[in-house]
Amino acid sequence: MIRPIATTREATGIPTGRLAVWWVIASEIVIFGGLLGSYLMHRLGHPEWAYQSVHTNTAAGAFNTFVLLTSSLFAVLAHDAAEHKDGKKAAKYLMITCLGGLTFLCVKGAEWTHEIREGFTLTSNTFWSFYYTAAGLHGIHVIAGMIIMLFVAADAAKGKELQRVENIGIYWHFVDLVWIFLFPLLYIAK
Amino acid sequence: MSSNSESLGHLPIDAMSTAAGEATKTDTHGHSHDAHGGHGEHHEEQNFFLKYFWSTDHKIIGMQYLFTGMLMALVGGFTVYVFRMQIAFPGISVPGWGRVTPANYDGLITTHGSVMIFWVAMPVLIAALGNYLIPLMIGCDDMVFPRLNRLSYQIFAISILVLGASFLVKGGAFGGAWTSYPPLSAKAEYNLTPQGAPLWLLAVALEFVAFLLGGINFVTTVMNSRAPGMKMFDVPMVVWMIVIASILFMASVGPLVAGAVMLLFDQTVGTHFFDPNKGGDPILWQHLFWFFGHPEVYVVLLPATGIVAEIITVFSRKKLFAYKTVLYTAVGTGVLSFFVWAHHQFIAGIDPRMANIFSLTTLLISIPVAEMMFVFIATLYGGSIRLTVPMLWALAFIGEFLIGGVTGIFLGASGADIYFHDTYFVIAHFHYTFFPIAFISVFAAVTYWFPKMFGKMMNETFGKLHFWGTIIPFNFIFIPLFLLGVRGDHRRIFDYSRFPDLMKPGMPELRVLATLSLVTLLAFQAIFLLNFFYSLFKGKKADRNPWLANTLEWQTPSPPPHGNFPEGLPTVYRGPYEYSHPDRAQDYWPQNEKAAS
Repeated sequence: MIRPIATTREATGIPTGRLAVWWVIASEIVIFGGLLGSYLMHRLGHPEWAYQSVHTNTAAGAFNTFVLLTSSLFAVLAHDAAEHKDGKKAAKYLMITCLGGLTFLCVKGAEWTHEIREGFTLTSNTFWSFYYTAAGLHGIHVIAGMIIMLFVAADAAKGKELQRVENIGIYWHFVDLVWIFLFPLLYIAK
Repeated sequence: MSSNSESLGHLPIDAMSTAAGEATKTDTHGHSHDAHGGHGEHHEEQNFFLKYFWSTDHKIIGMQYLFTGMLMALVGGFTVYVFRMQIAFPGISVPGWGRVTPANYDGLITTHGSVMIFWVAMPVLIAALGNYLIPLMIGCDDMVFPRLNRLSYQIFAISILVLGASFLVKGGAFGGAWTSYPPLSAKAEYNLTPQGAPLWLLAVALEFVAFLLGGINFVTTVMNSRAPGMKMFDVPMVVWMIVIASILFMASVGPLVAGAVMLLFDQTVGTHFFDPNKGGDPILWQHLFWFFGHPEVYVVLLPATGIVAEIITVFSRKKLFAYKTVLYTAVGTGVLSFFVWAHHQFIAGIDPRMANIFSLTTLLISIPVAEMMFVFIATLYGGSIRLTVPMLWALAFIGEFLIGGVTGIFLGASGADIYFHDTYFVIAHFHYTFFPIAFISVFAAVTYWFPKMFGKMMNETFGKLHFWGTIIPFNFIFIPLFLLGVRGDHRRIFDYSRFPDLMKPGMPELRVLATLSLVTLLAFQAIFLLNFFYSLFKGKKADRNPWLANTLEWQTPSPPPHGNFPEGLPTVYRGPYEYSHPDRAQDYWPQNEKAAS
C-alpha cells in the first residue's frame, strides 16, 4: 500500500499516532467510567457488600499495584531510549514492561483460583459479579497492551517505528491508572 | 509501509509553497510527502474484488457504507410495513409475510428500531458521508489510518451478519425492543428469544467498535491532515458536524458498552446486575442506555444539520449566516446533550426533584437547536434561491424537524410526559425528528453529492416526484399518530381489537390512515431507487462543479480518482461560503482559488 499524504501531515503539531492514542483513551475512560460508576452507585446502596469484600486479598492487590507501577517506569525508560534513537534499548525495556504485565496476570490468576475454590464466583452475588467483570475487563486490556507491546518491541529492536514506543507507553500508563482506581474500590474499601 | 522516498519527485510544489501560517510548517515537515500529489497516475488497475471489497480508499469505503445502509433501510422499511399492517388490520395475513404472531411482532419492532438507528442512520450519516466527504473537503488524499478504516467497515459488515444470523436461530430475532430494557431483555422466559437476545447485543457491540474506529480516524484526520491554509473556521460545516458527532459518540457510548457486557452476562452466565430480586437494579440499565441514547440523537442530528448548511448556502448563493455561532451552538448542544438523558425515565420512579432538573435541561437544549434553525432561515433570507431537488429536501428538513422539535417540549416537561409517555405521541415526535435526520437529510445529501460520487447527474423530474411522494405521505403517517397519542393510544400493543378503550370511533380509522400512508411512502421509494440506478448508468455526465459550489470536493474531477486531486493537493485561501462576493463577477469563489492581487 502506498502511504497516503494524509498520514504525514501534522496540522496540530501533535503526531497523528499519538493523537489517535489519546482518542482511544478518551473512549476507554468512559467505558471504565460507566462500569465503575455503576459499581459505586450499587456499593453505596448496599453497605452489606463490605462482608463480601473482606474476602478479597488486599496484600496480593497491593503487590500487583506495585508490579504495574514498576512496569510503567520501564515504559517511560523505553520511551526515553526511543527518544535517543536507541531501538535496542527501548525494545529491552518494553520486554521488561511486558514481564511486569505477565507477573500481574499470574498473581491475578492465583487470586481468582483461590477465590473460586472458596466459592466466590461470577454469579455468587452482585459484588462478585462486579469484581470479576471490572478486573476481567482490565485484565483484557493488560493482555491487549502486552501483545501490542511485543509487536512494537520487535520493530523497535530493528530501529523501526520508534514513535510507537511512546504511544504504547501512553496506553500502558492508562491501563495502570485504571488499576489505581480498581484497587481501592475492590480491595481496600471493606 | 512503503518508504516515503519512493514518492519523491512527483512534485507540484507550487500548490504547497506559500499558504498562510500553519502551511509553512507542513511544508518543511511533510515536504517529501506532500510532493507526492501525482500518485493517481501510477495507480495500477486492480481487479474488481480488490478495488471494491478490499480497498483502503476512503471513497470506496464511504460507498460501501452507503450501499449497505441503503440495503438495511429496505430491511427496516419491510419490518415496519409488516407490523403496521398488523396494527391497522389485526390478524390479517400480511402480503409478503403471512400471519403475524405476538413474538413476530416484538421481533419486527425491535428489528425496525435497531436497524434504522444503528444500521441506517449511523452508517449513512456518519460513516458513509464522513468517509466520502472528509478527505475531499479538507483537501487531502485519504484518511490518516486507511487500513483502520477498512477494518472499521469489515467489523460493521460482520455485525450485520451476526444480526442476520439472529433471524435464523431458535426463537428468531430479539424481541426486547431497541432499548433492550431488563428484565424483558435479560430473561429468555420474557422475551422468548433465548438466542436472538445475545446475538443482538453482540451485533450492536460490534457496530459500536466499528464506529469507534471510524470516529477516531475522522477526528484525527480533520485535526492533522487539513490542506495547507485551511484554518479552523475554513472547515466546511458538515465536516465540523461529523467531527463533533464522532466525539459525542466516543464520549457517550462507553457506559453502554459496559452495560452491554453486564447485560450479556445476565443473559448468558446468570449474573444479576439488573435483577432486583437478587440485589441488582433494572433502572441502572436505563441510565446506562440513555446516557448513550440521548447524545446519540445529536450524534445523528448534527451531521444532518451540517448537510443542510452546505446545501442551503449553495442554493441560496449566500454566505452561511453566523458560521461561528453555528459552530459554538453545535458544541454547546453536544455538551448539554449529556445532561438530559433521564427525561426518558420520568415514569421509571425517579425522584421528582431530579425530574425537574432534567426537565429544565431538556427545555434548555431546544434553544441551541432552535437557533440553528433560525440561522438557516436567516441564510435563506434575501438569497437567490434555486429550488433544485437537494434544496427541496434541505428546506423540508427545516420544516419537518421543527415539528419534531416543538413536540419534544411537551415530552420534556415531566408533568405532561406522565400522560404522553408510552403513547403514540412519543412515536410521532420521535419520527418527526428521526425521519428528517435519517432520510430527508440523507436524500438531500445523496442528491447533492451524487454527481461527485458517480460523475452523473440525477434526473430532476423523478427527483421531485420522489420528493413529494415522500414528504406528503410522511406527514399523513405521523399527524394521525399525534392525534392518536393525544387520545391516549398506547404503544406496544399487538392487537388493538382486544382493547375497547382504544377502539373508540375514529381511532381505528386513524391507524388505517397511517398504515396506508406508510405503504404509499414505501412505494414511492421505488422511484428513488430507479432514479439512483438509472442515473448511475445512463445519467447525463456531470462536470466537476455542477452546482457552482466553493468547497474543495467540487474542485476536482467527478468522480475523483484515487488520490482525489490529480492536479496536486489544494491550498486553501478562504472560508467555504464566499458566495455572491461583491468584488467578483462570478457568484462563487472556490476555497482553493488564489486571489488575483
